[in-house]
Amino acid sequence: MPIKPRAGVWRRLVKRPLALIGLVIVAVVVAGAILAPWLTGYDPNEQMFDGLTLEGAPLPPNASFWLGTDLLGRDLLTRILFGARTSLIIGIVANGVALLIGTLVGVTAGYFRGWIGGALMRFTDLMMAFPALLLAICLAAVLQPSLWIVAMVIALVNWVQTARVIYTETSSLAEREFIDAERTIGASAPRILFRHILPHLLPTIIVWGTLGISTTVLLEATLSYLGIGVQPPTASWGNIIFENQTYFQAAPWLVFFPGAAILALALAFNLVGDALRDILDPTQRGRA
Amino acid sequence: MSKSAGNRRPGVFAPAASTTAGPVLEISGLTVSVRGEDGERPVVSDLSLSLARGETLCIAGESGSGKSMTALAIMQLLPQPAARIDSGTIRLRNMDRGDIDLAALDERRMRHIRGDRIAMIFQEPMTSLNPVLSIGRQLIESIEAHTDLSRAEARRHAIEALKAVRIPEAESRLKQYPHELSGGMRQRVMIAMALALKPDVLIADEPTTALDVTVQGEVLELLRDLQREHGTSIILITHDMGVVAEMADRVIIMRHGRMIEEGTAADIFARPQADYTRELLAAVPRIGTGVGRRKSVEAEMRGSVAVVNDLHVRFDLHGGFFGRVNRRVHAVEGVSFSIAPHETLALVGESGCGKSTTAKALAGLVPYQGDIVIGGRNLAGLGRDQRKAVRRDVQMIFQDPYASLDPRMRVGDLVAEPLLIHGIASKEERSQRVASLFERVGLSADQMELYPHEFSGGQRQRICIARALALRPKLIIADESVSALDVSVQARVLDLLKELQREFGIAYLFISHDMAVVENISDRVAVMYLGQIVEMGTRDQVFSNPRHPYTKRLIEAVPVPDPAKRRPRFARLDQEIPSPTRNIGEDPPKLALKDVGNGHLVAVS
Repeated sequence: MPIKPRAGVWRRLVKRPLALIGLVIVAVVVAGAILAPWLTGYDPNEQMFDGLTLEGAPLPPNASFWLGTDLLGRDLLTRILFGARTSLIIGIVANGVALLIGTLVGVTAGYFRGWIGGALMRFTDLMMAFPALLLAICLAAVLQPSLWIVAMVIALVNWVQTARVIYTETSSLAEREFIDAERTIGASAPRILFRHILPHLLPTIIVWGTLGISTTVLLEATLSYLGIGVQPPTASWGNIIFENQTYFQAAPWLVFFPGAAILALALAFNLVGDALRDILDPTQRGRA
Repeated sequence: MSKSAGNRRPGVFAPAASTTAGPVLEISGLTVSVRGEDGERPVVSDLSLSLARGETLCIAGESGSGKSMTALAIMQLLPQPAARIDSGTIRLRNMDRGDIDLAALDERRMRHIRGDRIAMIFQEPMTSLNPVLSIGRQLIESIEAHTDLSRAEARRHAIEALKAVRIPEAESRLKQYPHELSGGMRQRVMIAMALALKPDVLIADEPTTALDVTVQGEVLELLRDLQREHGTSIILITHDMGVVAEMADRVIIMRHGRMIEEGTAADIFARPQADYTRELLAAVPRIGTGVGRRKSVEAEMRGSVAVVNDLHVRFDLHGGFFGRVNRRVHAVEGVSFSIAPHETLALVGESGCGKSTTAKALAGLVPYQGDIVIGGRNLAGLGRDQRKAVRRDVQMIFQDPYASLDPRMRVGDLVAEPLLIHGIASKEERSQRVASLFERVGLSADQMELYPHEFSGGQRQRICIARALALRPKLIIADESVSALDVSVQARVLDLLKELQREFGIAYLFISHDMAVVENISDRVAVMYLGQIVEMGTRDQVFSNPRHPYTKRLIEAVPVPDPAKRRPRFARLDQEIPSPTRNIGEDPPKLALKDVGNGHLVAVS
């Protein structure tokens, strides 16, 4: 009964060159993460004897180590491939959970107002005022750091902005006349929220979702740097940057390649998200 | 600023030159096109007109006729970069230095013309005033921008301008912000701002469309007076033929960007040449032409669909440090009425009188005190599910059909939604019923797959009607449901509503500010003022024999679409309508209704 213009979404997506580029990048990263053990002959955590110069400095990109080696003589390409697993989980799962919490809180507060809305938004304000990093440190210190715990910590820190934005939009949507019209035909609150308000929030959710990818990946890196993120020697794109940043001048590739990977992933999701937003908007139909 | 502007000034204080003097503004062969996804589309085609000094030229037409685009083209304010002038000239007569072609002027020089030589007022005064600046500051700054006057002099000018538009206590008003003024006051400020610089040409784009009728009269009269004093030429853009008849010296009828007909006001109304003009004039609802609708006897017999008894709706306003309730809006104060099947009860009144709030209470959108009885069951005594079931019998059609349809849903699904929510019919039956509803309201079943934005305004309102009909309600509340439509579309939608009433015996609560429309559709009329009913009776009782002074004023204020019946003076509003907001504990005085014969109720105070 609700119209999901699903039919053809995929087809229309691949027809857009920018979206296609985005999809290809995402596919490459996902494939790299899954196929990592078969794509590289190295172990991500193995410190190679020939991975360092005689002086103990990391190697620049060369024939055997395509992207060079890191401070401990590990193959950078291998670490980036394995790190993609961690970073994708953080960027998609942690970010997705944050988006879900933020949307639920924002929509509920924005639609119901009253004391529920007031309480939810004051709590959101409190979370916003509390330094995110401090909160993450507290949470991570209490819980035993593992990949999934780190993902949850990041989600719990990152939902706040989304909730704020969704709240504002929901409360203005709730004032629109078609919501009154829905109520006069007897539509229940959940129906109005999920069938009529949520679709209108889609563009905002998509934008926040794609922006959140780079934020969360970098937050994980910060946590790793502070020793409460994904535990070494497990690689993530963020901790590769942070482990090696002190050598930035001597060995710029150690920061450049993982940085480029984060950028490419965030950009790719942005491109896909943008296209998705246009395609899923039926009011653009016949105007595009 | 420009010296010449300063020098020119004393001249315009002189009384108007006769209207036969040469044109101030001459447009020839103007073509404006808008670039869209399907290429360029002309919105004004080959338009030529001339405006004499001191003349009022009305450009009339329905939406999409290009009348506003013409105004924007003259002001060089066309929406950029989509719209542009393709060809044609817009000549503004310059006293001493020959003509200027506005179409070829650059933005910097155009800025001197705007406000100074040509001023414009818009439909919605709230959006054209800056909400964060006091009106005094906005007025003074616009004067300063175009003259060499000092701030103090500009201030004096501003006060004079406010006095000229009959704003009381002009000096203290300077400190007020737009939201502190009523709609009519705001439009007067806009006129004051437009006229403060004594422009040669004033373009008024639907200046009274957003205003109440009694206020509309005020504003129109004001424009007329100011024109008489200063000899300003006015281009008045409107869709309202009543306003045209009241104001115009000459009229241009436009359609699809083309001029259909041009002539003096008397000629256009008495001897329209073009078919389109005739259709347009025929569609205009007029007071006194309502076809005598007799309430059927069976309607009398069957009792009431809905009874509203002593309805109160109040909104608390929080204020002070602890956010306690300190003031209250008394939106509806003790309203009682009943509606029988087959009957149309019109609720009329001006904005803020509580007519829409009454409708919302009836539709379950706002909490209320008092009794609402639908189909013999008092809503107050019912549980949630029962109330939902009873409410099925009451459906609502809103003013703006686009705003009241979820733009992300297909219209077929929107019409099916009430059936789905109330669990009526299987999937196949539902789509059959929706298809037949579409056909019943004059749409085709193939259109079910489309989205609301793919329809015109009138079609969208038909979709809303189909949606309201889906549950086969006993009562449909139509809240200003035809006000946003063009007259020709309006007439057809009203006909549809009447047909549906005959066919299904639906009762209507028809809410409107437009007395002419009300006279055409209603059986009974209730006039609301400040949250209370001041007069109620059959249509004939209220329209032929209005007893309450407010009803009289409301009826008199409606402009008559006939230039021969132009009134020298409009009914004047001696004061602003008081605010329904009161302090806690201060309840408004209750009006008692007295029967003056045959059920004609009039408030006595």
